[in-house]
Amino acid sequence: MAQPERPLSPFMNYRWQYTNTLSILHRLTGILLSLGFLLLVYWLTAVAAGPESYQNAREVFGSTAAQLVLLGISVSFCYHLLNGIRHLFFDFGRGFELKTARASGRAAAAAAVVLGTVFWLLLRHSLGGA
Amino acid sequence: MSLRSPLGTALGTGSAKGGTSHWYAQRITAVALVVLGLWFLISLAMLGSSDYEAVVRWLRSPVNSTLAVIFVAVSAYHSVLGLQVILEDYVSHKNSRVVVLTLVKFMFTFAAVFGVLAVLRTAFGVSA
Repeated sequence: MAQPERPLSPFMNYRWQYTNTLSILHRLTGILLSLGFLLLVYWLTAVAAGPESYQNAREVFGSTAAQLVLLGISVSFCYHLLNGIRHLFFDFGRGFELKTARASGRAAAAAAVVLGTVFWLLLRHSLGGA
Repeated sequence: MSLRSPLGTALGTGSAKGGTSHWYAQRITAVALVVLGLWFLISLAMLGSSDYEAVVRWLRSPVNSTLAVIFVAVSAYHSVLGLQVILEDYVSHKNSRVVVLTLVKFMFTFAAVFGVLAVLRTAFGVSA
């Protein structure tokens, strides 16, 4: 049976506004965090397998490439958490006014960069080589 | 009384009627992860050292291993719920969507059990 033409998702035909970007970033950071989850499992497994494999993981996490990935995950975590709280308010019908939604979005993004970097600086010593 | 149009019923499209529980579970796990995620990042940051003994001592405490098990399980569930929404939006070919979604679910189920068992091995002091 032929499928009827379904309407396109709103993002395909709406004018771009920067709140769109905030929403897409929520999804992108979500995808990154899903990958981060796999790293978490790797780390936990390395801890469970004893000092040697833990030492391996430590060296893996200590590399420059891994440190950059961890910075990305740390900022993503903070953004997804803060923007997620913003979305929970939306779910209760709060904060929808254009002015409020824009201000809270800007605050979430800015705070995520700052907090994410701070967390990364602190976490580096708990995860990586050094 | 059904609110579906007769045409929608005839063509077999429209709501799958399972959306509410997905939406609700995504929110509940989100609230849990605000607490669990912050607990994990803050305690790891406060550990201040990547010393094996320090990490094991931390993870072995009953409260921490309990929270770690819950954190792994809830993260996996929330990840699957989120990835599902994204895949449903962007993978328009039905068969590919079902295949990819099933693979994602299998992978995250495996990873979750793998992670939980790792925490338990550490907690019980069974080194592999």
